[in-house]
Amino acid sequence: MWRLLRQIGRTGIRTEPAPAPDDALRHETQALGRDIIKTLGRALAIRVVDAGSCNGCELEIHATANPYYNLEGLGFQFVASPRHADLLLVTGPVSRHMEVALRRTYDAMPQPRLVVALGDCGCTGGIFGEGPATCGRVSNVIPVDVAVPGCPPDPRAILQGILTAVQGR
Amino acid sequence: MTPHPLLAPDLVALPCELPAWNGRTDAAAWRAAATRAATQGARLVALWGAPQEVHAAYALPEGLVWLTLPCPPSAPDYPDLSDLFPAAGRMQRAVADLWGITARGAADTRPWLDHGLWPESRGARDYPFVHVSGDGVHEIPVGPVHAGIIEPGHFRFSVVGEKVLRLEARLGYTHKGISRRFTELAPAEAHRLAGRVSGDSTVAIAWAYCMALESATGTAVPQRAQWLRALLLERERVANHLGDLGALGNDAGFAVGLAQFSRLREDWLRLSKDCFGHRLLMDCVVPGGVAADLPAAAADALRRQCDAVAGEVAELRALYDGHAGLQDRFIGAGRVEPPLASRLGLTGLAGRASGIAADLRCDQPWAPYAPLNVLMATQRNGDVAARVAVRFDEVFESLRLIRALLDGLPAGPVATPLNALAGNALGLGRAEGWRGEVLVALALDEQGQRLRFCHCHDPSWHNWPVLEHAVMGNIVPDFPLINKSFNLSYSGHDL
Ligand code: SF4
Repeated sequence: MWRLLRQIGRTGIRTEPAPAPDDALRHETQALGRDIIKTLGRALAIRVVDAGSCNGCELEIHATANPYYNLEGLGFQFVASPRHADLLLVTGPVSRHMEVALRRTYDAMPQPRLVVALGDCGCTGGIFGEGPATCGRVSNVIPVDVAVPGCPPDPRAILQGILTAVQGR
Repeated sequence: MTPHPLLAPDLVALPCELPAWNGRTDAAAWRAAATRAATQGARLVALWGAPQEVHAAYALPEGLVWLTLPCPPSAPDYPDLSDLFPAAGRMQRAVADLWGITARGAADTRPWLDHGLWPESRGARDYPFVHVSGDGVHEIPVGPVHAGIIEPGHFRFSVVGEKVLRLEARLGYTHKGISRRFTELAPAEAHRLAGRVSGDSTVAIAWAYCMALESATGTAVPQRAQWLRALLLERERVANHLGDLGALGNDAGFAVGLAQFSRLREDWLRLSKDCFGHRLLMDCVVPGGVAADLPAAAADALRRQCDAVAGEVAELRALYDGHAGLQDRFIGAGRVEPPLASRLGLTGLAGRASGIAADLRCDQPWAPYAPLNVLMATQRNGDVAARVAVRFDEVFESLRLIRALLDGLPAGPVATPLNALAGNALGLGRAEGWRGEVLVALALDEQGQRLRFCHCHDPSWHNWPVLEHAVMGNIVPDFPLINKSFNLSYSGHDL
């Protein structure tokens, strides 16, 4: 126990300040943005769906929860069910096989709801493009509020995308 | 040089960085070679399809034997190998889905990657899961969308109370048509796609792809580039092990472990970005060498980080080893005994935790690794604790290798232009990624302009079926922990 406490104490607090929102990331008019802020403030529940990514984007989403970025400290929480979620974070080009699951996840969310598409794949279909097995970008399947480019976007960019979505216009 | 008492006649040596032979067979020789391979204890590394062909690759102590069996539309089938190599079963089902070539005599012919949603699907949308019946047995379906932040796949548990009687996975949800995409890209650009087959193994797969393209064109990579590639591969290994060790602690209720290891991983990724230009090292390995040279100042920073991380990980290992609650969850969970592991073909990191002593870095004369005498980490218990221990050991060994690679880094250029692409050339590449052995096999078309096919093989193909065995008899709440201890790729498998 002593060793554990010493390790925690030695590590200290490593959290860095959060990035500012960026209007350039906005994808479509966020009609719902203001409602969300009014209803929820900044305590927001996020549901992540990998709709066919290479898993690179997932690695960086995980990183947003590390002590440096401390996503939970900003009032965000990853939740296990779309029914608890205010914001859907979607990675990957949407594979044909995930199209229905993604739609159903989106439909299961209570309104108002936000969608952030993550990574070059989520924004454009990325290197995988569109084809018989992929539907391409996320907005081909569900409405997207904010799209964050990068392959993968780094954790700061992901945080910025989420904050932009939440800030509304 | 002749390969092992010849799996098949008329094999031709390929000009590859690691010893490899290729040959065409007929159906009888295909089956005979597999039988010989199985009796000699060779491993089936991969089985894949191509237009009107099926391919298999076997690992022998001397090198890799790659066999090609033509399957013309008039006879689109070939003899089943899954009785000899159980891991072949799903690969054969994938060949049927993607290429319409079927394994004659296979016990399981259900579609695998095909969910009945493509324009040319042969599969049905409803998947016939194996049903377990009996008093008090019920099913828990999970996925494809999971509760955590992981890739999509479906798991069907048959349970009694909390105990898992059977787990059956259904994968293929992230199938993006990667094999087809390879044929649309210029071969000299497609390393970027190879590096996105499974993001966590970008260096390993991109290296294997580049090695394959270099072998197809007879391009010799400068020594400095080989060493830098090994440096990148070891950094990828450490990054993934740090992430997994934290997540495994967390899944066993030790959140401090996650906080500490994810902090170390973040430091690690940031320095990767500073020194190599990308946090996950994507696109750092390019055909002919590496994308950029390493400045001398960066080498010092990398060395210092190795020292710092070694100290921190040693401290955390002591915490993990000394924590009774954690060890209680780790020890005995998800056990795969060595005999089962070798029968099912468990490979890579998970294989080494079940007594399968195989690691390309030690087993083959692979240029940068040969003089470094890589120490293989093995365990015999085959449980979560063993897979944790292998990860810890491999972190320390990789830190040693990184220092050695930095110290011995040869001078010279870091890339060379690719030789001209010749029509119909074959290429093969192998690399020991953090999860296990990655293989890339490709062929150029007649004009040498495009890839006729390119198959990227992730070791997850072998280990997914073994996970189903590992879970049997465990309780459902231990599944996330056991699953994480394997940490298999969905994307790398679904292609
Ligand atoms: S954007 Fe890049 S990292 Fe993210 S899923 Fe696509 S290829 Fe992978």
